Amino acid sequence: MKRRNFITKSALGTLTTLLGTEIVFGSTMPRDYNPLALQDPDPFKLFNKDSGMSVLNTKPWNIEATAHLLDDRVTPNSVMFIRNNGLIPENVDINTWSLTFDGESVENNKVYTLAELKSKFKQYTYQLTLECGGNGRSEFNPPAKGNQWTIGAVASAEWTGVRLRDLLDDVGIKNDAVYIGYHAADTHLSRNPDKEPISRGVPIAKALQEETLIAFKMNGKDIPLAHGFPLRLIAGGWPASASGKWLNRISVRNKIHDGAKMTGTSYRVPCKPVAPGGKVAEEDMCIIESMPVKSLITYPKSGAILKDGQSLNIRGHAWAGELEVSKMEYSIDFGASWKSCTLEKPVNRLAWQHFSATISNFPKKGYYEVWARATDSQGLAQPMILPGWNPKGYLNNACHRIAIKIT
Amino acid sequence: MPKEQDFRKQVRLVYHYLLLTFVSVVLIIFGVIYITTEPDVSYTLPETIAPETTALDAEIIAGIHVPTGFVEGDGLPLVIQNCTNCHAAALVTQNRMSREGWVATIRWMQETQNLWDLGENETAIVDYLATHYAPDQKGRRENLATTEWYQLKP
Repeated sequence: MKRRNFITKSALGTLTTLLGTEIVFGSTMPRDYNPLALQDPDPFKLFNKDSGMSVLNTKPWNIEATAHLLDDRVTPNSVMFIRNNGLIPENVDINTWSLTFDGESVENNKVYTLAELKSKFKQYTYQLTLECGGNGRSEFNPPAKGNQWTIGAVASAEWTGVRLRDLLDDVGIKNDAVYIGYHAADTHLSRNPDKEPISRGVPIAKALQEETLIAFKMNGKDIPLAHGFPLRLIAGGWPASASGKWLNRISVRNKIHDGAKMTGTSYRVPCKPVAPGGKVAEEDMCIIESMPVKSLITYPKSGAILKDGQSLNIRGHAWAGELEVSKMEYSIDFGASWKSCTLEKPVNRLAWQHFSATISNFPKKGYYEVWARATDSQGLAQPMILPGWNPKGYLNNACHRIAIKIT
Repeated sequence: MPKEQDFRKQVRLVYHYLLLTFVSVVLIIFGVIYITTEPDVSYTLPETIAPETTALDAEIIAGIHVPTGFVEGDGLPLVIQNCTNCHAAALVTQNRMSREGWVATIRWMQETQNLWDLGENETAIVDYLATHYAPDQKGRRENLATTEWYQLKP
């Protein structure tokens, strides 16, 4: 067989395998034509995302929102950020899906089917805020390695599922249990089946909180595939990486879980502050637990032009990891003076809170920035400039700013 | 006797020539058949020498390699070959690192992410990355970049 023809024919064969159907008239298909089914997928259609979302990476998929897209009180799927460490599982079969409990600190290994999880245990729904530990990384100087998230890797959706504590009660855990670690069905980028893309977890105290769920619904529907269908661990207020997607196993550990992205510098910051660009030994890096206090102005979109005398209504959300936000303020003079916003209580613990204010006192025409600052229940507020530099660029909770012109 | 030996020598010579001619004819015939039925044969040579560069050049518009988004530069073919197998080019192009930082990232990928030994190509790859994706001084907070101004309705 001629070399070129051989290549064409075998490529057709591969296409047929990929598509799971024969390409009729495949042999007359123009040479450089890419069948529609295999063209670069449109991520917005693929994941039902708003076309205003920013794609940071296509392999693995990493997509973030912009501030004004996050205006909803409960974040819909269309604007929920996607953060993946590996490849999204293919061929999820809910009829055979199960959740296994194992590890040094379980009394006995136990396996639950999806149906058992849904029927045997009481279900709860909470609105829970998940923010990527690296949200805001793009601002660090010197720059930190990884996906360059700006401000849109945060979401607060309603999650429905069973409490992890009820499952751990049913499984039976030993007194020496320290940590739980999750395992999931995603594939490592190298496609090595022995490697897990990510396997993180939380200390037992966090695992036993009422709001820590094994969720099977997001905003009242099946969890979208990109967000963990059919099962996801949800640990609100902590780096979203603690909320493992495509969950199929939980290991109850007698030590801090040592899965992928738990060790080294991943999701860790220097235990003691370091100068920008400083070198930090691995043993001096501490695991991030609760996320810090932060807020976003979701209305209006930055770049609004107002007529002189027109008042400006602003609104947005504020959250504080494990804590509650107790005060919300805004400034139109670069932080020289601050005014209070109206701040709502959260609908439940670990849900973000909504704020609003009317600004009618712009002193003259010109360029302004509206800065927003939240303060948590322990009195810690958002910094105006970048917080402490850290090697991987985590925990940037510097105040959000929007640009305004009065003409 | 010497006459008979001479004759045998001549026969052997003729036999050798005949064999040589036969083999040549067969080779030529097969060669001609191959070339006429396979017009692309002339492309075989350049393909083995510099297939990447020619294909690459065609895909570069305004200094950007369109399929990947990489900046045009020395070492680009090596970067594409070695850095886009496991992850998309976007994971590289959105980052800024010093030479030391890029080397450290390569080591981290080799130690934990199954990246292979880059061998003698490593220098060219690191040169490319450290030249085209070097850090800028951003200070402690950048100016807001407002690209789109719009009239807000009261």
